[in-house]
Amino acid sequence: MFADWPILSLLIWLPILGGFLTLAAGRDAPVVARRLGLSVAVATFVASLPLWFMFERGTAEMQFQEVASWIPAFNVNYHLGVDGISMPLILLTTLITVVVVIAAWESVKDRIAYYLAAMLVMEGLMIGMFAAMDAVLFYVFFEAMLIPMFLVIGIWGGPRRVYATIKFFLYTFLGSVFMLVALIWMYIQSGSFLIQDFHALQIGMTAQILIFLAFFLAFAVKIPMFPVHTWLPDAHVEAPTGGSVILAAIMLKIGGYGFLRFSLPITPDASAVLDTLMIVLSLIAVVYIGVVALIQSDMKKLIAYSSIAHMGFVTLGFFLAFYIYSNTGDWQGASLGIAGGMVQMISHGFISAAMFLAVGVLYDRLHSRQIADYGGVVNTMPWFAAFFVLFAMANTGLPGTSGFVGEFMVILAAFKADFWIAFLAATTLILAAGYTLWLVKRVIFGTVANENVAGLSDMNRREFFLMGLLAFFTLLLGVWPAPLLEVMNATIDNLVAHIAHSKL
Amino acid sequence: MNFEIPAFLPAVPEMFVLGMACFILILDAFLPDSRRDITYGLVQATLAGAAVLTLWLAGPEVVLTFSDSFIKDPMSDVLKLAVYVTSFFVFLYSRPYLMARDIHKGEFYILGLFAVLGMMIMISGHNLLTLYLGLELLSLSSYALVAFWRDNTRASEAAMKYFVLGALASGLLLYGMSMIYGMTGSLDIAVIASELTTADEALNVPLVFGLVFLVVAIAFKLGAVPFHMWVPDVYDGAPTAVTLFIATAPKIAAFAFLMRLLVEGMGPMHADWQGMLIILTVLSLAVGNVIAIAQTSIKRMFAYSTIAHVGFLFMGILAGTDSGYASAMFYVIVYALTAAGGFGMIVFLSRRGYEADRLDDFAGLAKRNPWFAFIMLLLLFSMAGVPPTVGFYAKLAVIQAAVGAGLVWLGVVAVIFSIIGAFYYLRVVKIMFFDEPKEEASEPVQPSGALATALSINGLAVLLLGIFPGLLLSVTHYAIAG
Repeated sequence: MFADWPILSLLIWLPILGGFLTLAAGRDAPVVARRLGLSVAVATFVASLPLWFMFERGTAEMQFQEVASWIPAFNVNYHLGVDGISMPLILLTTLITVVVVIAAWESVKDRIAYYLAAMLVMEGLMIGMFAAMDAVLFYVFFEAMLIPMFLVIGIWGGPRRVYATIKFFLYTFLGSVFMLVALIWMYIQSGSFLIQDFHALQIGMTAQILIFLAFFLAFAVKIPMFPVHTWLPDAHVEAPTGGSVILAAIMLKIGGYGFLRFSLPITPDASAVLDTLMIVLSLIAVVYIGVVALIQSDMKKLIAYSSIAHMGFVTLGFFLAFYIYSNTGDWQGASLGIAGGMVQMISHGFISAAMFLAVGVLYDRLHSRQIADYGGVVNTMPWFAAFFVLFAMANTGLPGTSGFVGEFMVILAAFKADFWIAFLAATTLILAAGYTLWLVKRVIFGTVANENVAGLSDMNRREFFLMGLLAFFTLLLGVWPAPLLEVMNATIDNLVAHIAHSKL
Repeated sequence: MNFEIPAFLPAVPEMFVLGMACFILILDAFLPDSRRDITYGLVQATLAGAAVLTLWLAGPEVVLTFSDSFIKDPMSDVLKLAVYVTSFFVFLYSRPYLMARDIHKGEFYILGLFAVLGMMIMISGHNLLTLYLGLELLSLSSYALVAFWRDNTRASEAAMKYFVLGALASGLLLYGMSMIYGMTGSLDIAVIASELTTADEALNVPLVFGLVFLVVAIAFKLGAVPFHMWVPDVYDGAPTAVTLFIATAPKIAAFAFLMRLLVEGMGPMHADWQGMLIILTVLSLAVGNVIAIAQTSIKRMFAYSTIAHVGFLFMGILAGTDSGYASAMFYVIVYALTAAGGFGMIVFLSRRGYEADRLDDFAGLAKRNPWFAFIMLLLLFSMAGVPPTVGFYAKLAVIQAAVGAGLVWLGVVAVIFSIIGAFYYLRVVKIMFFDEPKEEASEPVQPSGALATALSINGLAVLLLGIFPGLLLSVTHYAIAG
């Protein structure tokens, strides 16, 4: 029934136009803005559901394709489509945006219409980026989303927001412009900007390495990987709650998505040559950043570092594929690593969103993110404490939660590669438990630390709903990840088969 | 020698503008100061009329007339239209500025109209002399425009500087032209090109010698490093309405001038001038973007940003392909549109006795007038080359031309400097959106009706052309390749 509807275009333009409508209608009427913004977000989420239900599971073909000529002079088309990698990420985006809009209900007081408009426009741009099959279209969405995020952090952020947002913008801009040169170079070679044509392009080793490095800059900054991660703690700490949630839950995934869509299939030989570097950087993220997270005194900063460590797992899973193949010739293990990375991305989308929301709940009440200002919150906010502990457990990768599935798959893949990689990767289980549970101990448990905490009121219905929603998905994915894996399987197998062929 | 009556038809727009300019000049002398709007209206009507005539004559065929010294081809049609549109917006933005300062004189528009005529001749020149005459008509009008607010000492100083350096550049240009004439024996662009393909090896040194002077003169006029020193002083010193004019439409004409001289005339020497342009490109990108960071005056900042944009413009041309020329043309049109909007915003914020040309004059604009802060945001991101604004496609096109010509490293250099450039554009956005308004200028501002509409159209055009860049790109490809 919906098969020939332009669902993807709808998903892109509904929130963008809805965002501007929210701005126009709700500029002087916050109530209208909230209701309209929520309606648009929910409508987009509902409109994205057919993607999940009508998605054909067994094929790696791009689905729900739309093509229209856009810039004929450069052979650039408005070409959309999704596969098993991008579809779950689009659903994650539409879901998280609903969460973000609701989370802003009371906590954003200044210029709410602008805030919601920025969030909705950003949603459309992110979906466009995941759905783009044309490299220029991808790049346009990829860059354009910097503008609303720049404004969100800069206008509604914390005290050092200007520093953080300019750093955020310049870092990501720096990464992406080199990718642009690489894309143009490949266009000159292939005569087309279609990403699939790039996949098929034969590229020499030197060129592959240069292209790989260009993509690496773009996506490593986004993910972010050590040593280009330093913008993230700043941006996270200063961003308003909704901005942090979007950043952690979706924007970081763009880097991972980019590796799967561009780096691996376009430059498989360079990826194979440089896989040691990537694995080492990922392990540094897992171990070193994990240690850094331990000593943070600011809750948001702690979660930001924990995000970097978790995303290190994602890149580890992706690049283990080459290591496993060259050592064992086993492609089964290779796809395990990539699938693990994907699951980790989705799972981190829920968990990090929930963790940042939780900090937001506390921040709205006491206007402090310092761990030292809290203690014994469980006494005054029992429901909140229950959720917080659940998400903390998920963050440490407790079986039964979604955090476990991805990490387990990646560690399993790592064992196929090399014992020591697996050993180092597994230290995350200890480190994550260390920093997360220590956070829980200091914030949630113990005696009531001060009179501010004593005066806390538990979550209201709105906050309860948000936490419950995210908890549901965290647990669902934890106990029953099969549907997600089933959606991704064909695409990942296809990807693995593709990267097995040398392009030289 | 027999004399043929030339075909006048292809030059009808020029003749129309000339006739109207003379007519308005006389009429204006009889108008009281309170009726200057008649002059203004007639000038705008002249531009509209010229646009209609150009559109009427437009076609894919190449027509030469006046003993082959005048050319009408698709490129001239498109560029002239771009000049009319830009000048129309410029005059529209200038009017409230001039009125607020009691300098709403007919001379401004008439000099502007003569400058437009000069640009049209530059665009259609097919002979070294025609090109030179067009350039001089434009330059002399521009010098007078800069000095036009005669009570303002900074403007007078800027005019002096502009005149002396401009005259020097004209001298260099003439010298180069004389060398080329001496070696090829012709002033006709097409003859020069054909002579060059068969030129004796021995002539190579004097030809390159002449070429250097041509390139230097062009670099002077466009403001490419190291011949850029006049740009910031003139842009900053001239009244904003005049800066608005000299920073926009003349760049389009200068592009045509460059195309006629270097590409059509000296095309066979592409290998020689490519190297020169590469040096100018890299230097312009570097100096323009880096020094812009240190500016506190937004007019000076835009001046340095213009220098950087000239670097990008050269990048498209030096590729030496049709696609590259079309990209450069796209770039220059986009630049003119964006710069017009940017300077228009300064006009909008300024009042009598308050020029609003310092960066912190934009502080808190998002609170004072959110809509125009948004328009300025679009313009700035377009200058920085961030999608979805049209500035991105302009950069994409020229970088693609350079990469296509095998100059990948130049593309990398260009993107590195565009990151540096992004910083100072972002800083203005930061000042507008994140800073609080200054105390003396914190009340809401609202531009007058026509200015508001025009600025909104200008800003939205930057966004809409960014969402649908295909049309304008196709037009520029048509203009170059026919």
